[in-house]
Formats: sequence, structure tokens, C-alpha cells
Amino acid sequence: MDSSSRYRSRRMAPLVAVVAAAAMTLAGCSSSSGGKKAEESNAGASAGKATTPRMTVALVTHQSQGDTFWDIVRKGAEAAAAKDNIKLIYSADPNAGNQAGLVQNAIDQKVDGIAITLAKPDALKDVVKKAKNANIPVVGLNSGVSEWQKLGLMEFFGQDETVAGEALGKRLNAAGAKNAICVIQEQGNIGLTQRCDGVDKTFNGKLQTLNVNGTDMPSVKSTITAKLSQDKSIDYVVALGAPFALTAAQAASDSGSKAKVATFDLNKDLTTAIDKGTIQFAVDQQPYLQGYLAVDSLWLYKYNGNYSGGGEQPVLTGPAFVDKSNVDRVAAFAAKGTR
Amino acid sequence: MGMTQQAAPAVPAPPAPGRKETDGRTRQQPLPLRLLARPEIGVFLGAVAVYIFFLVAAPPVREGSAMANILYQSSTIGIMALPVALLMIGGEFDLSSGVAVVTSALTASMLAYQLTLNVWMGVIVALLVSLAVGFFNGWMVVRTGLPSFLVTLGTFLILQGANLAVTKLVTGNVATDDISSMDGFDQARKVFASSFEVGGVAVKITIVYWLVFAALATWVLLRTKYGNWIFAVGGNKESARAVGVPVTFTKISLFMLVGFGAWFVGMHQLFSFNTVQSGEGVGQELIYISAAVIGGCLLTGGYGSAIGPVFGAFMFGMVQQGIVYANWNPDWFKAFLGVMLLGAVLINLWVQRTATRR
Repeated sequence: MDSSSRYRSRRMAPLVAVVAAAAMTLAGCSSSSGGKKAEESNAGASAGKATTPRMTVALVTHQSQGDTFWDIVRKGAEAAAAKDNIKLIYSADPNAGNQAGLVQNAIDQKVDGIAITLAKPDALKDVVKKAKNANIPVVGLNSGVSEWQKLGLMEFFGQDETVAGEALGKRLNAAGAKNAICVIQEQGNIGLTQRCDGVDKTFNGKLQTLNVNGTDMPSVKSTITAKLSQDKSIDYVVALGAPFALTAAQAASDSGSKAKVATFDLNKDLTTAIDKGTIQFAVDQQPYLQGYLAVDSLWLYKYNGNYSGGGEQPVLTGPAFVDKSNVDRVAAFAAKGTR
Repeated sequence: MGMTQQAAPAVPAPPAPGRKETDGRTRQQPLPLRLLARPEIGVFLGAVAVYIFFLVAAPPVREGSAMANILYQSSTIGIMALPVALLMIGGEFDLSSGVAVVTSALTASMLAYQLTLNVWMGVIVALLVSLAVGFFNGWMVVRTGLPSFLVTLGTFLILQGANLAVTKLVTGNVATDDISSMDGFDQARKVFASSFEVGGVAVKITIVYWLVFAALATWVLLRTKYGNWIFAVGGNKESARAVGVPVTFTKISLFMLVGFGAWFVGMHQLFSFNTVQSGEGVGQELIYISAAVIGGCLLTGGYGSAIGPVFGAFMFGMVQQGIVYANWNPDWFKAFLGVMLLGAVLINLWVQRTATRR
């Protein structure tokens, strides 16, 4: 390759790209159905903004990258921050040691409040103590409903995973299920295991767990298909996340199984599937509410000394059930990616 | 490992007619030994062993639909394992291949949705992006002389981050929007993600592509000049260059071939699941590489076949689904998988040792 032609081709590249893009849109390659154009621009209600002096809040979670659920928690937190004139610092690491490091980082930044998830409470004990010594209020959200008090957190917003599982188990009984599988997309994740254990506690039928490789959808589908043909009496599949529920529904219809699908957590496509009847119901722990309330509570504490639950009781954000009867109310918000 | 490098291109085809045997060095080995010297024989025996094992241990495996499911799982690994194996024979690695699949699917989906284009436009642009990623990997490796392990580790991280960040930026969410109602979707689904009936069993089209690509790759590897180049650049780059093999072209094109594979699998995922999660694909690169290595490709390059990784991918699919069909304790799933794979590799090693012992 000689240098002059390389130079020319590099200069040409953006031009070619622009021309190609224009040509594509003009030359009738556009889609007449679906797509962005079809999406209703549904601007959220604009709320007023607090006039209190600006404060800084750190939200430190154990999110793994690219998880729909945490994206919604974060959106809730951002909404509260915008209303309360708060500067929100968001950070996350699924490794408990690293998460503790991020909390320490927030303490070093001298933030006005910290909201944390207690997926692995023991690893965060020391750093929570440090925050208290530095007079920074700490609130908990999402995970750790049984540990937040022991660690000395001020308040807690979330749902007990076990309680949510128990609620789903009862619901399965009501639906007349006899043989269900609980699909775990990340082997060894405590919260997911607790959900399945909770279902097992109240469900009268037989519950088996099935581990799938959550980072590879075709593999998730194959594995569920395999399980459904291995045990043809399975009549309910319990998924632990919206994308996996949608895949489970595909697997059920592919394998000609009569199994129905229920799930934890929501997203846009899932509400559509509930509406169509391909998925029966979802347990919603309202992640938006968790993020929103955690951040808002720190504002209330700073400017009015309030704290929810009086330090004794957690604030439960779920379990709320979404099924065909109430999906309409939820769908519009899920479409925006906030429910 | 230099000793085995010459073994691969030697085709164990029936003795060419009219070939004159002049001295002892070119004398043909007896057929069983010649077969054992093939890179894929170990994995073939391993795959047969695993298949028979599950046929006995897991009764549902005996049904046609179960086999279709196992082959489907194998095909989504196998289609990527092929270019990854060719690249490995050419002496290089690609750690970005797992997330590249998702990059491709995200590109097609978001472009089509956001600009409300016919989905085929998204598919074409995704192909260009995938090839560009492959070109970048290859060009960086050739140009800098850095190990491809490092270069593609960089691309792996870049793509992983970009997948998430760009998706979030464009859609406001971490998954793409459903494109199933858009123009061209049904057509594209027929091409990339349809299934057809064989004796009452629904067979996924990816299985056909997988086998066709494997046949094509075998032909290229054993019967074309380009195939010889691949073995040459993987064996010894300098001597390959000295005898006139276009090393730069060969290496870059191999990386671009991986890009093509990523595009193909990415399109399959998009059109079978309608949306794409931006965090997917991480860790898949190791499965592709494992399938190639189990399939008899050497990590050091210069040796391997295209048919070996087919059996490698089949073993992966068979073990992964077989454990479920056998209804074993799911907590042990990964451990079972590891033991089975290690066992297969050991068979592979033993066979190769036996074959090369004179």
C-alpha cells in the first residue's frame, strides 16, 4: 500500500459514509413499519426542582455491566437527583471488594450521603463504619433487607428476594402448577438463588433449578428446550429476568411443551408479551422506586431530618404483580425504560 | 511442535493415481496410522465417546428433536469456531470474537430502528462494521508485531465498553428495541434464523450453514493456494515470507473472516430474538477457542483442520445439553463440562502421540 493512496482513502472515508447514509435514506430503503418513527415521543412529565443548596450523593451498587434492571434503578436515582438539586455520583462493581473500594472513594470525596446495595454485607461492614465516622449518612437499597440494621444503615428500600419468591410460589399454586423449573442465568448469584429458594418454600408442586449461560442467548434457549423435552410434565417455567423469560417462551413453543412462563422483573418487550399472553405474569420489585427513594431519602434527611421506617422497618418496594389485568397501566412506562 | 507442522496439509486422500514411490521417505504409512495422524481424529473419537455416553445415560437424547436441539447449540458455537480455527492455524488469536458478535447485532438493530430503515440496510452496515473490526485487529497485529493476544484483548475491552455505552447513548436503555415489525425482518429471519422440517423434526437453518461453511473451509484449507498460505504463516512467518507468501494479506484476511463469522452469528441472534442485550457475548470467545483447540488446532499455530472444530463444537453442544437431558444436579454443571472437555483433550493428546510414534 503506498502512502498517497492511503491518505486519499482516509480522506474519502467520511465523505463516502455520509453519501452512503443519505443514499440509503433516500433510495427507498426505509422501513414503512416499526422503527423509531413509530415510537411515540412520550415526553415525561416535567416536575419542579428543589431550591435547596446543591448536595452530592453517591450511589454504589453491585451491578454487572449492561443489566436492564440496574439501568432502571439508575434512572430512578437520576430522576430524584434532578428534582432535589443533587449531584449524583453513580458507580458499580459486582465484586464485593471492589464495591467497598468505590464506597471508600465516595467517602474520600466527602459526599453528603451514600446509598449502597448490600449483596455481600460482610465485605461492606468496615467501609460503612468509616462513612459513619465521617458523619456521612448511609442508606441501603435492593439487597440486604435482613442485614441493613446490623450494619447500622439509616433506612432501607427494597424487596426481600425470598419474600418475592414466596409470593410467586403462591401464585403458581393458584395457577394450578404441579411441576416447575427455576431458570438461573448466573450460577452462584445469591439474589437469584434466594428467589428460587423462596419459590420452593411456598410452591406445593415440584421445583427444579436449571442453570443456563446468561451471556449466550442461543445457549439459554437450547438448554431450556432440552430441559422441557427431558421432563415433559413441566408445566411452568420461572425465569429470573425479563430477557430470559422471553427466550423461555420461545423455547416452550419450539419444543411443543405446554409449559407456561412467569418471571421476575419487567421490561418493555415483556409487557408486550404479557399483553399477548405468551408470558403469564411478572413479579415486579419496582427498581425505579428503589433508586428514586434511596436518593430522595438522603435529601429529606439532610433538609428535614426525616427517615423512613424510623430505623426499624425497611421500606418495601415489592413484590408487585403485573399480569394481563393490569399490564396496560404499566406498559407505557416500561416502554420508556423506567418501569 | 515444529515436528507436527508438516503433518496437517498432507491429505489422507486415497493414494493419488500414478504417483511413483521412489524411496522410503515418501512411502505411505499404513491406513490406520495415517488416519490417526489427522488433526481431527482425536476429537472425532472423543465426540463419538461423548455421544454414546449420553445415548446411554440420557434416554431423551435418542429422540430426533433432542438431536436437532443439540446440533443447533453446536452450530451457533461451530460457525464461529471455524474462522477462529483458521485464524489459529494462521498463528493468531482473537479474544474479541465473542463481543464482536454482539457488536454486529447491535449495529444492525440500532441502525435500522433509529433511522427507520429496511432491516437489510442494518444487516449490510453491520457486515461492514464487523469486517472493519477484523481488519483493524489484523492490521494492528501485522503493523505493530505485537502478540494478537494483546491487541485483541484491547479490542475485546473496547467493544465490550462500546456495546454498552453506544446502546445506552442511542436507545437510552441497555437493550435494543424490538425490530420484528419492520420491513425486511421476515425475509432476514428466513435467511438467518428459520427452521425446516425433516421427518417431523424442526431443524434450525444454522446447522446447514455450519456444515456448508465447514466443507468450504476444508476445501480452502486443503485444496487452494490460500489454504497453504494459512499453514505457512502459522508455521513460520519469516520463512513463509521468504518463499513469497503474502503474510500481511493472509493474516488480515483471516481476522476479517472472524469478523464475517461474528456478523453471521450476530445476525442469527438478532433475527431469532428480535432484540439484543448489550452485555451479552462476554466469555464466548473462550468457548470458540476451546472448540478449535479441542478440534485439534494447536495454540502455537501451523497445525489443525476445519473439520476438527466441527466435532469440537459438537462436543460442547452435546455435553452442555446432555447434562440437562440426563437430569444431573445442575450445581455441578460447569464441573461436569470441565471434566468432559478435559477428558476429550486427553483422548486427543493420546491419539496424536500414538499416531506420531514411529
